[in-house]
Amino acid sequence: MPTNRVEKSLSTIPMAELVQRAPFVEDFFTSHGLALPGEGVSPSAYFAALDSELLEDLGLERQGLTERFMAYMELLEELKAGSGGSRIESITIRGGHDKSGQPEALELTIKPGEVVCIVGPTGSGKSRFLADIEWMAQADTPTGRSILINGRIPDPGQRFSIEHKLVAQLSQNMNFVMDLTVEEFITMHAESRMVEDVSTVTAAIIDLGNDLAGEKFTPRTPVTALSGGQSRALMIADTSCLSTSPIVLIDEIENAGIDRKRAVHTLVDKRKIVLMATHDPILALMGDRRLVFKNGGISAIIATSAVERANLALFEEMDAKLGAVRNALRKGERIEKTG
Amino acid sequence: MKLVTIAGPPSSGKTAVTVKAIASLQQEGVQVGVVKFDSLSTQDQALYEKQGVPVTTGLSGNLCPDHFFVSNVCDCLSWGVQKGFDLLVIESAGLCNRCAPHIQGVLAVCVIDNLSGVDTPKKIGPMLKMADVVVITKGDIVSQAEREVFAYRVRQVNTNATIMNVNGLTGQGGHELGRLLVDAPETVDLAGKLLRFSMPAALCSYCLGQRKIGSDFQMGNVKKMAFP
Ligand SMILES: Nc1nc2c(ncn2[C@@H]2O[C@H](COP(=O)(O)OP(=O)(O)OP(=O)(O)O)[C@@H](O)[C@H]2O)c(=O)[nH]1
Ligand SMILES: Nc1ncnc2c1ncn2[C@@H]1O[C@H](COP(=O)(O)OP(=O)(O)OP(=O)(O)O)[C@@H](O)[C@H]1O
Ligand SMILES: [Mg+2]
Ligand SMILES: [Mg+2]
Repeated sequence: MPTNRVEKSLSTIPMAELVQRAPFVEDFFTSHGLALPGEGVSPSAYFAALDSELLEDLGLERQGLTERFMAYMELLEELKAGSGGSRIESITIRGGHDKSGQPEALELTIKPGEVVCIVGPTGSGKSRFLADIEWMAQADTPTGRSILINGRIPDPGQRFSIEHKLVAQLSQNMNFVMDLTVEEFITMHAESRMVEDVSTVTAAIIDLGNDLAGEKFTPRTPVTALSGGQSRALMIADTSCLSTSPIVLIDEIENAGIDRKRAVHTLVDKRKIVLMATHDPILALMGDRRLVFKNGGISAIIATSAVERANLALFEEMDAKLGAVRNALRKGERIEKTG
Repeated sequence: MKLVTIAGPPSSGKTAVTVKAIASLQQEGVQVGVVKFDSLSTQDQALYEKQGVPVTTGLSGNLCPDHFFVSNVCDCLSWGVQKGFDLLVIESAGLCNRCAPHIQGVLAVCVIDNLSGVDTPKKIGPMLKMADVVVITKGDIVSQAEREVFAYRVRQVNTNATIMNVNGLTGQGGHELGRLLVDAPETVDLAGKLLRFSMPAALCSYCLGQRKIGSDFQMGNVKKMAFP
């Protein structure tokens, strides 16, 4: 894993100077349950002087500590390097075979900014297809598919690197389990991504989330108090701005309180590849293409036609009408007018 | 035979992900057996049997389950060899976060779940910090942001491990975990091998069954808290 991005002597530099160079260096010590070294002390000297009994209690080994520290500094460097825009220009899926072993004769290339929908009956292989992409399959999954990144076979190390994770997933039944405010929550995410200006990024994400959500929330709203629609809006804003993953996978964005069209466009604007498993006509026709799954394989690729786009406008009108009825119901009105 | 130790806090999803990984291996014709260690009781035997996996359970009763594990691990290996398994998986009880059943030269997996909170990775000792593979479960219940922060916090304390998300319910990632398990090194003999980290020192009077509280009854390895 180490790529020698950091100089070997780093662990002999005094803390005060290290903190100047990499503010997140202190996290290494706190995350291992260690007190911070003094300003003039280098990590190596600090490790050498640690009390053996303390190390035993923490379940740490002295010999390994310098190595762990260096690996951590590598990680910081890699994260910083990774935050500079998308490195992925295309993803190519080479067909494998369906559940009966019939070849899936296709090569499909998807580029950032594209929206691809995934349709097909239950058990037809939609989730397996997404897992193939996430795992960067190399003919080693049940489907025999292989995945190319920028036209090349990806480096095997990328498979498990959290810095190069391909797929971010926005799922339907998503909860927050942390007791934090919206602002604290997004800040924590931004810090883990080593972004330069945490507070600006955090404020931008909260604004964007509010744009997408029907009902507004404030930076001080606890995340656990957000409604379903607000949580989704916040997560779409957060993923589009903070996630390193070039692919965003969405299963059905429900109607409630979120502008679906704008949500998808937000992600597209940030040069994400959007894959949506959906049978919602409005979302499905919003895609550039849709992949039809049958018996574990892709049986057709349908590009959204001009006629379908025209129909989309029609469906949006119907949707707006239904939306109005929904609102009327919410307000306690009678629904006796139609048309 | 290949050997794997799987550890993790209680109910983190060890059995769920192991069953999914084994299911995928079974389809390829790999013979997999399991030994489950626990302290008082466990439903895991039934869960593995349901998947058609040969399984044996070791209950440690009033002994420390991790110490009990080390005393029996050679016999587990012999059982697996005798049964003709290609792969033997040992699922530990993982009760205290300080212990780790991981052995040098044997593939070590730690399973932790997203629900346990982002501060958990720093609270778990060698079981997590010295694992080769860290499996994170229950990603389906939390937000994408929490998944990313959690994975990052795991990476902070174990920079070398392979970190992967597996869903113990749907099995997403289970096939991939199976691939890592069959790639474990061959283990012929365990005698003379070393644990990756010493288990916590014990042997105070309470280890030996003392029930009375008070300094008159404390003997052996006793450690006192400091109060401000
Ligand atoms: N939602 C969700 N639930 C899961 C997931 N993985 C496991 N579970 C559930 O979590 C509970 C505990 O899972 P187990 O696999 O029994 O956990 P364990 O670590 O083997 O537990 P012990 O062996 O008793 O320590 C079960 O009800 C599982 O169905 C997951 O990825 N998502
Ligand atoms: N080409 C294939 N060859 C062999 N097995 C396959 C293939 N494609 C999918 N499978 C297997 O078929 C099963 C069902 O597939 P999957 O879960 O992907 O369906 P799905 O379309 O996501 O269904 P749902 O709509 O219910 O979520 C899985 O066990 C998967 O591994
Ligand atoms: Mg599915
Ligand atoms: Mg279990």
